[in-house]
Amino acid sequence: MVDLNYLSIDAAHDMLVSGKVTAEDLVKFHLDKIKKLNPKVRSVITIDEKSAIDKAKAVDTKISEGKQIGLLEGIPYTAKEMFMAKGTKTTAASKILEDFIAPYSATAIRKLDEAGAILIAKVNQDEFAHGGSTENSAYHPTHNPWDLDRVPGGSSGGSAAAVAADMGIFSLGTDTGGSIRQPAAFCGVTGFKPSYGAVSRYGVISMASSFDCIGPISRSAKDTEIVFDAISGLDPRDSTSVDYKLDKPKEQLKAIYYEVGNEVDSLINNQNFNHLEVASTKPIKELGVTEESLAAYYILVPSEISSNLERYDGVRYGARTQNSSNLNETYTKTRGEFFGPEVKRRNLLGAYTLSAGYYDAYYKKAMQLRTMIKNRVNEVLDEYDVILVPTTIEPAFKIGSKADPVEMYKTDVLTVFANLAGVPSISIPFGFDESSGLPLGLQIIGKQGDDKKILEIAKTIQDATDYHKKVGEIKL
Amino acid sequence: MSKISISDIEKVANLARIEISQDRLDSICLEFNSILEFVDTIENADTGGIIPTSQVTGINGVSREDKVTKSQVAPEDLLALAPETQDGYVKVRKVL
Repeated sequence: MVDLNYLSIDAAHDMLVSGKVTAEDLVKFHLDKIKKLNPKVRSVITIDEKSAIDKAKAVDTKISEGKQIGLLEGIPYTAKEMFMAKGTKTTAASKILEDFIAPYSATAIRKLDEAGAILIAKVNQDEFAHGGSTENSAYHPTHNPWDLDRVPGGSSGGSAAAVAADMGIFSLGTDTGGSIRQPAAFCGVTGFKPSYGAVSRYGVISMASSFDCIGPISRSAKDTEIVFDAISGLDPRDSTSVDYKLDKPKEQLKAIYYEVGNEVDSLINNQNFNHLEVASTKPIKELGVTEESLAAYYILVPSEISSNLERYDGVRYGARTQNSSNLNETYTKTRGEFFGPEVKRRNLLGAYTLSAGYYDAYYKKAMQLRTMIKNRVNEVLDEYDVILVPTTIEPAFKIGSKADPVEMYKTDVLTVFANLAGVPSISIPFGFDESSGLPLGLQIIGKQGDDKKILEIAKTIQDATDYHKKVGEIKL
Repeated sequence: MSKISISDIEKVANLARIEISQDRLDSICLEFNSILEFVDTIENADTGGIIPTSQVTGINGVSREDKVTKSQVAPEDLLALAPETQDGYVKVRKVL
């Protein structure tokens, strides 16, 4: 019996081609993992069993006919509830979309479909991606596979937990302020937020359109690159998508590391990498953007949210209140009844910061601050090829321990500046918290369009370390 | 900046078209003020003369050839998503 646990895309592909496993058995193996582990982890919202098995059988037929298959063909994956996949329920983990069936597929899903990857399940998140712990899901919280009493992070917590628990080989997430990288760090997996616009946002539920990025969560930088290559590129259906000329890096690269006071600091200083020199180490304060980023982010993002979420009005799709007597009440009662607390909070905040009398003091000023943050990040990246900085200060926290919204917002302190600047950032597992033994993450951040460069560095670091190979044992 | 009151919250809720139940107003007001206190730190930044950033791609005005293309979704499939329809239209409650 071949071991199908924690396969990389490469290894699964080799097994399929050499006939060691069929695509059907590979898909069933991962569906069984969901059945066994999901009652504890609670990552999955909808399983697409029949369609997944049918697609796997088609791949098997192709292999048995001696035809070549692509790297992603027959590879089972999951996607966050933000992604529309035609005919599947797409809730954004909100009650307002509880019965919403996607009428078409997101470009990222369509591209993976065309590459032959098999969507086996849609996974949990914070409602409309508003949160950093997946506790804001309108359905149920997700649990961290390393410690079921802790959060998996968020908002793509369902994706990170699914990959960490081997429910699918990779997952698709969205990252507006850290929502791919922070849960990846908390769950000991690799999460990539590409350059803004590198992956089309078409067909993905919008949160804050000038920030939202789509990317893979997987178990290695190598798998991440395979998925990124498949989903990236210019899309006429997303006018903000960009055809970055993605360059391979030059031979020897120079990094600056910013210290935040956790275990990653000392691990970095004792490690040598091929082709990458950590030329300078400084306290995070000297980057000078983290606190400012958080404040600017929590003005700009709620503002964009309040405008983007106007579409959930009980008219064209989604839930509608039964208690309205006129159109205005349809709007107010539908949104009052079906939006969760954090979604309401952000909509109110955005309506406030955009309202007459406050626009200049909040929204405009935050946009100016965004310019300053972007310039500062680019200034550092003019001097160094990449910025290295931990993904979070602390490891995954206990479920229910951050009830104060501001405390929750602060968990994004090391990730949001990359979204404000639009630059790519990958979080890879790097060491463990001394007291809890939980995984910590390291971000590698490059200039806009440097996606291939930071993926290459992530691979280099993973060649020299084995943090990404460690898995959390789930107590059943 | 100034603290905001319950009547401010009611005004904003009206702007955002979200009904807030009376028993939640106090706690929302408290949370709102604590968030504002947190973001008010931007007051300290000297942003004089800085051009605001509203997007990061630098792309301006994307256009395509003015040619009719067929939608990938049939109108009736989109209509089927609406809570209420009649004769091929979305139906809503009376406006006034």
